[in-house]
Amino acid sequence: MNPFSSGTRLRDMIRAIRACKTAAEERAVVRKECAAIRAAISENDQDYRHRNLAKLMFIHMLGYPTHFGQMECLKLIASAGFPEKRIGYLGLMLLLDERQEVLMLVTNSLKQDLNHSNQYIVGLALCALGNICSAEMARDLAPEVERLLQIRDPNIKKKAALCSIRIIRKVPDLAENFMGPASSSLKEKHHGVLIAGVQLCTDLCKASTDALEYLRKNCTEGLVRILRDVSNSPYAPEYDVAGITDPFLHIRVLRLMRMLGQGDADSSEYMNDILAQVATKTESNKNAGNAILYECVETIMGIEASSGLRVLAINILGRFLSNRDNNIRYVALHMLMKAVTVDFQAVQRHRTTILECVKDSDASIRKRALELVFLLVNDTNVKSLTKELIDYLEVSDQEFKGDLTAKICSIVEKFSQEKLWYIDQMFKVLSLAGNYVKDDVWHALIVMISNAPDLQGYSVRSLYKAFQTSNEQETLVRVTVWCIGEYGEMLVNNVGVLEMEEPMTVTESDAVDAVEVALKCNSSDITTRAMSLVALLKLSSRFPPTSERIREIVMQHKGNVELELQQRSIEFNSIIQRHRNIKSSLVERMPVLDESAFIGKRVGSSQATLSADKSSRPTSGSPGASLKLPNGVAKPPPAPLVDLLDLSSDDVPASTSSTTDFLHDLLGGDLMSPSSSAPSGGGAGTDILMDLLSIGSPSAPTDVSVPNIISSNQGNAGELETAPASVMDFLDGLPSNSSLPGDKDPIYPSITAFESSTLKISFSFTKQPGKPQDTVIQATFTNLSSNTYTDFIFQAAVPKFIQLHLDPASSSTLPASGNGTIMQTLSVTNSQQGQKPLAMRIRMVYRVNNEDKTEQGQINNFPPGL
Amino acid sequence: MIRAVIVMNTQGKPRLVKFYDFQPPEKQQELIRSVYGVLSERADNVSNFVEADAIFGPGTQLVYKHFATLYFVFVFDSAENELAMLDLIQVFVETLDRCFKNVCELDIVFNFNKMHMLLDEIIFGGQVLETSSEQVLKAVEEISKLEKSSSAISLVPKSVSARFGR
Repeated sequence: MNPFSSGTRLRDMIRAIRACKTAAEERAVVRKECAAIRAAISENDQDYRHRNLAKLMFIHMLGYPTHFGQMECLKLIASAGFPEKRIGYLGLMLLLDERQEVLMLVTNSLKQDLNHSNQYIVGLALCALGNICSAEMARDLAPEVERLLQIRDPNIKKKAALCSIRIIRKVPDLAENFMGPASSSLKEKHHGVLIAGVQLCTDLCKASTDALEYLRKNCTEGLVRILRDVSNSPYAPEYDVAGITDPFLHIRVLRLMRMLGQGDADSSEYMNDILAQVATKTESNKNAGNAILYECVETIMGIEASSGLRVLAINILGRFLSNRDNNIRYVALHMLMKAVTVDFQAVQRHRTTILECVKDSDASIRKRALELVFLLVNDTNVKSLTKELIDYLEVSDQEFKGDLTAKICSIVEKFSQEKLWYIDQMFKVLSLAGNYVKDDVWHALIVMISNAPDLQGYSVRSLYKAFQTSNEQETLVRVTVWCIGEYGEMLVNNVGVLEMEEPMTVTESDAVDAVEVALKCNSSDITTRAMSLVALLKLSSRFPPTSERIREIVMQHKGNVELELQQRSIEFNSIIQRHRNIKSSLVERMPVLDESAFIGKRVGSSQATLSADKSSRPTSGSPGASLKLPNGVAKPPPAPLVDLLDLSSDDVPASTSSTTDFLHDLLGGDLMSPSSSAPSGGGAGTDILMDLLSIGSPSAPTDVSVPNIISSNQGNAGELETAPASVMDFLDGLPSNSSLPGDKDPIYPSITAFESSTLKISFSFTKQPGKPQDTVIQATFTNLSSNTYTDFIFQAAVPKFIQLHLDPASSSTLPASGNGTIMQTLSVTNSQQGQKPLAMRIRMVYRVNNEDKTEQGQINNFPPGL
Repeated sequence: MIRAVIVMNTQGKPRLVKFYDFQPPEKQQELIRSVYGVLSERADNVSNFVEADAIFGPGTQLVYKHFATLYFVFVFDSAENELAMLDLIQVFVETLDRCFKNVCELDIVFNFNKMHMLLDEIIFGGQVLETSSEQVLKAVEEISKLEKSSSAISLVPKSVSARFGR
């Protein structure tokens, strides 16, 4: 006898597992048990088979693999005894699923058991079939189930009815076979059978319109009678749930009525009376009663009910809303959400109650109520609703503020009729919950302010005031800092004062103080600080007397650990100190942001990552650009251009294909290092070029293309700044033109994929016609040092959606000083061609002077469309 | 349709797990963990419903009841009435209570396979089969009787038959 199989009883195993103090102990116990069970299986142990399977089911519940027990289920099912069969079927339902081929083997046993003389064995087989039936099994076994559906025994009958549902779901064609038996099951007296029969009818209606018509014609009357009987019937203790007679049957019947009455005036008419009776007579002080009412309301909303009935229904929901039970309020909100489309006005009447639910202590209810309020907002009630929501924002739970803020912002944006109102509401939200405001929302606010010249003064003053009280709200700080930078003189000189404004006096140094606070505040992150620095730079030009003080503040960051801030600090210092003559033109107020382009972009790009810096630090780009761009190709003027470009940068990449060559000749390898780190997205904070130019766009081609266009426009740059619209047109026009040839026969420019002081790699591309996903890359390696490299190996890695094949290289020795090259062919297949650009990590290993060297890098500047 | 029935204790250990649409075992464990994550964070005085879109796919909700050390969780889709599901939990628990005489976690742990027997008489392939605990108990008793008197009784380990006898 197997030394293990005498092992533990099920109960002992459970006890042993429960006694385990750690997960490791538990695993050890389970492992031991599984080993014993496996051994028993391989010995074909009969005696303990079903005990072993019972153990396996417990082990399965704990999440351990039990596939090795699957065949045991089949053996148990095939055995004669009832206990074996029962465990076998249970195992079948728990351990197997319809996708497994093992199921093929069980069909025959099922068929036998469905025809068994013992009704309990038939019951087991039906139950198993109802849980795991596959399409093939459904076809094979449908006749058996159909026959069982006509048997008198209620236990079998109800199971057969529900089993038919599974069969119909798997094979809708079989629906018509079940129409007759289903409709006759509605004449039964047994509640269980009725519930199952009604459910079967409902599913038949879903599966086939023929069945729907048939049942509508033959069963509407019967259903109404069932509902009348059950709602009028005296106390029936057996089916009673908390004093209500058989709520489940009520609900099932109401649901089927909804299917039948939908879009059919006659049957709806026929149901009116009974629905009204159920809606008025059902007791609403118990959960079960409310369940019926709830279902009844849904049915009234679903069918072509009379308008009086609809009012009754909405009023029931109104009553639900003021119920003290959380569950009732929850479902009422759910239903009102559906009812909004049916009867907007009726739901609108309950607005105040719904608004109260937004303030509920229960998160599920709050969330639903907020969604519902959002649906109820229209032009007439937007102001009062927004006011309520904003008032609540002040006192709401921290974890709810995010949702609430997002909804308020979208309401305000969607329904803003006046700019002043919009700006006011946004300022309130920013000062109450600025930390929860999404980037694109405050970007939109800035764009709006930029487009409202008569409100700029008001905006900057309001923000200044709000900032004094709540300077820990990140986005408020950012918008304030931006506005002070742009419109500082309006703050100080009280330009464009509106009637309702209280007069205030702000001196120049107060304004600088505010920005300094933002810069030094501990809660400010790097973006805010960087924005503050720019604002200071701008103020130094607006308020010349404060210039020296500003320089001192700026210089405090010259040793900042953040490279970004350090660089700005040093650069701005030099602008303030040494370049007075160009300073004022450098830090001019930025041109009006293009609202329509911004909105279009926001809608168009799902990610809506108008990065934090974009709209906020526009003209400041120029000094950074001139200092950063390595060979001085980009001169200061292009910065505003870049900024404008940026607004339409989604379109720009396509324009590069024809021009990149030129660019590379021009910028050569120097541009490589920044551009290879930036597009990955992680470089947002570190890549100064991107940041300063406000190009935040993650696509590599953009930053390649931008300087290029800039350089070709250099001569006109000054003019471009004053005529942004024409530039926009010009840029918008580009992609459509240049993308055309790309569709047919793309020619991709070569790129310099990698360049260090010692090694340069360039890639040229060819494509096979008709295979857009495949690209053949010819890699050329050039040695830039004065020593010969030996054992040169090039390795590359690509993301999952790309396949890469490397051919052998032409040589493994790379002569010094560019006196020869190694060529290697790479074939790549981009399975997401057109959606995702190519990207590659590369590593070069070689020996020089008997020393091993490794260089690596990342290539993100592949031409778009590969 | 009811998608799943999960009974777990307040530490997140599953005590009865039944999925009505197939989930691979690893996925099952993951789902159980996420459900536990949601439930364990809910306060006592809140509603019994949680939208489960993130866990079980769009349109699904879960309803739970907390009894002593156990959570009873039903996961269902839009074809079921929420309040009725709440009542169904009540029916299930009442049936257990009548079956085990003051049911406690230990009864459920050691009789998980009887639990399945009960559950299969209440919910069948994701549909409500029977809502009268009387009827359910009658069916379960008949099955137990049959198991006892079955000729295969000698092969039933004592532990199992003893449990069915209760």
